[in-house]
Amino acid sequence: MSAALATIADPAVRAAFREWLLRVADDELMIGHRHSEWTGVGPDIESDVAMSSIAQEELGHARLIYEQIAADEPGGVDRLAFDRPPAEFRNAVLLEQPNQGWEFSIVRLALYEAFEGHRLALLARCGHEPVASLAATLGREERYHGLFAGTWLERLAGPPAPQSRGQTQSGDARARVQAALEAAWPYALGFFETTEADGTLLRAGLLGESAERQREAWEASVRPLLERCGLNVPAAEPSLGGRRGVHTPDLTQMHTEMTEVWRSDPEARW
Amino acid sequence: MTAARPWACGAEPERPDGAARPWACGAERERPDGVAAASLERAAWDVLRSVEDPELPIAITDLGLVRDVHVDAGGRVSVRLVPTWTACPALVVIRGRVREGLLAIPGVRDVSVEYTYDEPWTLERMTSRGREQLAAHGLDVPACRFAEPPVCPYCGSHDVAMDSLFGPTLCRSTYVCRQCRNPFERFKPPAEP
Repeated sequence: MSAALATIADPAVRAAFREWLLRVADDELMIGHRHSEWTGVGPDIESDVAMSSIAQEELGHARLIYEQIAADEPGGVDRLAFDRPPAEFRNAVLLEQPNQGWEFSIVRLALYEAFEGHRLALLARCGHEPVASLAATLGREERYHGLFAGTWLERLAGPPAPQSRGQTQSGDARARVQAALEAAWPYALGFFETTEADGTLLRAGLLGESAERQREAWEASVRPLLERCGLNVPAAEPSLGGRRGVHTPDLTQMHTEMTEVWRSDPEARW
Repeated sequence: MTAARPWACGAEPERPDGAARPWACGAERERPDGVAAASLERAAWDVLRSVEDPELPIAITDLGLVRDVHVDAGGRVSVRLVPTWTACPALVVIRGRVREGLLAIPGVRDVSVEYTYDEPWTLERMTSRGREQLAAHGLDVPACRFAEPPVCPYCGSHDVAMDSLFGPTLCRSTYVCRQCRNPFERFKPPAEP
């Protein structure tokens, strides 16, 4: 296993890069687990399989990024995923929230994928191998997730298709999607919460774009989709905390459930 | 690029049927113990050609998973593989089978099998023989890009509708043919680099 962090000489830059990788991996772990909760109960068989596949990919991505961090640390991937207290997780709070309903999961997926695609592109241009190549590979896989989210969002809230198959939205569907968007938006802005690490990465040339520029790029990509669906983009203040380890009880509850089998025998080999 | 097949990629037809990529041209002769290493390398490729993807009837060499093979005079074999989809559960199985097969070669003392990401997996990596095997299995495989018009593998019609981007495995999507009314699957590569 090639070590991604050990080759960064400056300890402050190394710590900042580790923090960035943790954000990526923790985001993927949390949303991957939430998506997996749709397995068996999706609204139709195709969506059930799709959400389960997306979950499988996000958890796989989390594992690969954790591997990059864990190469130089005791305990490996399992310790990072299963054996950290909530305050050490760096995921955005939106991703730990319960699914609530299909419309919330779809809204969250659409908002997250637009952010994640851009972030992986930035990571792919960080100039530090093997992380850059890995990020480029993961980015290619993520693109189908965004397509799925966009298709569902238009199906739920968009204008009726010319040849509808009896599955077009009602006013109720759009109202529910709008409510989900209002609920998710402030937490989605939490994607762009910064810490000291952001400045360090920008100065070191590893991160090519400030959080403000990332947010602009994200809004430029999600606004047209939301507006095409007749949704109003909320004007809310960001709800922050995740990037500094401040989480909701939802994370603790999910993490307790997620780690139940692992905790029963942490030394077991699977 | 031609108007008739705007997705034609050119690289693929240059590849000889079922042959591995042009990696080891002459380099083996420069090694001190060249004969032994060359014979181990041939044996290693025989093993790789015998390992099938557990989810599809295709050898990993035809799928284009093998990036390179290095053999040294001390009997150490290193194989680097390129995953199609990074979260595919078959990757663990494939790595295990490659490892086991290589360790069974007389003269091999140590084996390393790693997945690498510095070169993306693309459809161009699949051999013609591999494509034929997947077609016979009822899987439509795009020549180069997922955006190409899909073809029904049963009747050849282009009058098809996508059922779902996400099929029974990460690398497959599902379709229905409006012409012959058969459902079918289509190989789904990761989006273009």
